[in-house]
Amino acid sequence: MPNVTYIEFDGTAHTIDVPVGKSLMRGAVDNGVAGIDGDCGGECACATCHAYVDPAWLDKTGSPEPGSLEEAMLSFAAAAQPNSRLTCQIRMREELAGIVLRMPEGQH
Amino acid sequence: MDAITVNTEASEDANSRPLDSIDVSIPELYQNDTYQPYFERLRREDPVHFYADSKYGPFWSVTRYKDIMKVAVNHQVFSSKWELGGVRLEDQVQGYERPSFIQMDEPDHGQRRMAVSPVVAPANLQRMEGVIRERTAEVLDGLPRDQTFNWVEAVSIELTSRMLATLFDWPLEDRHRLMFWSDVTVCHVDTPDAPVHSEAERWAELQKMATAMKALWDERAKSNVPRFDLISMLAHSEATRNIDFRELLATCSLLIVGGNDTTRNSMSGGVWGLSQFPDQYQKLRENPDLVPSLVPEIIRWHTPVLHLRRTALADFELGDKTIRKGDKVAMWFVSGNRDDDAIETPHDLIVDRPRAREHISFGFGVHRCVGNRLAELQLRILWEEILKRGFEIEVLDRPKFLRSNLIHGVRELPVQLH
Repeated sequence: MPNVTYIEFDGTAHTIDVPVGKSLMRGAVDNGVAGIDGDCGGECACATCHAYVDPAWLDKTGSPEPGSLEEAMLSFAAAAQPNSRLTCQIRMREELAGIVLRMPEGQH
Repeated sequence: MDAITVNTEASEDANSRPLDSIDVSIPELYQNDTYQPYFERLRREDPVHFYADSKYGPFWSVTRYKDIMKVAVNHQVFSSKWELGGVRLEDQVQGYERPSFIQMDEPDHGQRRMAVSPVVAPANLQRMEGVIRERTAEVLDGLPRDQTFNWVEAVSIELTSRMLATLFDWPLEDRHRLMFWSDVTVCHVDTPDAPVHSEAERWAELQKMATAMKALWDERAKSNVPRFDLISMLAHSEATRNIDFRELLATCSLLIVGGNDTTRNSMSGGVWGLSQFPDQYQKLRENPDLVPSLVPEIIRWHTPVLHLRRTALADFELGDKTIRKGDKVAMWFVSGNRDDDAIETPHDLIVDRPRAREHISFGFGVHRCVGNRLAELQLRILWEEILKRGFEIEVLDRPKFLRSNLIHGVRELPVQLH
């Protein structure tokens, strides 16, 4: 099973197996990884699963579509960066095996 | 009539009256705590419900969790604009409209929201945690033992009014005026004991508030030292520095309500809720580590904002109904949070509920509550400090609720501490 490395704001890293098709938000929440909340359950409606995609992986994950709800929601996240994504909007694929995500200081 | 009789009657009425006569906008339903059976029937038989003859005009009620989500995230179709009536079922009266950012669409809403959101961003919350804990401890340590008192006044209002004064950097000793203006903003003016009894009176009070805020604003606008209160942030932000007096009034009244009222009522609603589920309260007392799931569970179970309204900008299919352009649509959060298609055993308050964070009380989409993490922080600290002290809170009577179809307000909750 492909894995994901989630790095908390304080540097604590968690490498978690995430099945293909599952969202990277669920991969964190279902395994008790602190720092990703996912309050809306994966509907792109709350911006509490915000993470920074390691630049090496950005061409594979892509960025939010211009004019999309993800882009609108991210504009309200604290400390959004060009490599910010809502992790509920990224589904695990084989080519994302080993992807590294860094978390912001907090979700809000 | 006692509470059980009232509830039985409500349940019989809800299940026997013609479906098209169900009007969930009646404020007394929430004052008397008899609304649940009406929503239960609507979720089951008519989840997207039209009622033609309400006091607030014809409107749609959206009652299921998933349907509310569809409306909440679709801000292109479902507008919040004050020009179209705003975000409450009760339209704003002409001449007294309050153009705050909760009642704007994009891009105006987003630009203004971003001016104030740093005050409740994670870094600022960390700065506030110490002072919140100190005050919570002080208030709890001052409570009488084995004597009846009103939890709402002594704890919920006391704590949230101090927080509100801090957010505005408003004189602490003068905090009760902020609470008064909060009550003025949310009340239905036809409630017999409302703080104001007409829109003109409400406006006059809010003008006094805005005049006081404007004085602080002008003084803080001159300062070059960055400060972290809401007034300074508004006075310095590109998007808000030049807003007119009416928008200043509207924005401050929005932030006053948002900054205290919902948290105040969740502080009271949680005590009431736990008294209804004594086994859960016992579980919590034995395991204070459950506070992180208790907090969102209280916010779900109580649901401090009953509904928010939108106005359709285009025809929209929802369920098997067609909402027409121009129609008024109420998202009943208080119903969505009790939808058993989305939440298991939704009427129970369960302190260790799995996925407790997945509730609808903060709304969803671009208008989602900006202060949600501050609200959770205050509730977390309150419950940590209550449990640390080993208090047993005995609730002596049912709460008295606010007459409102907007705010799930708790006005009185008599308790004793043992």
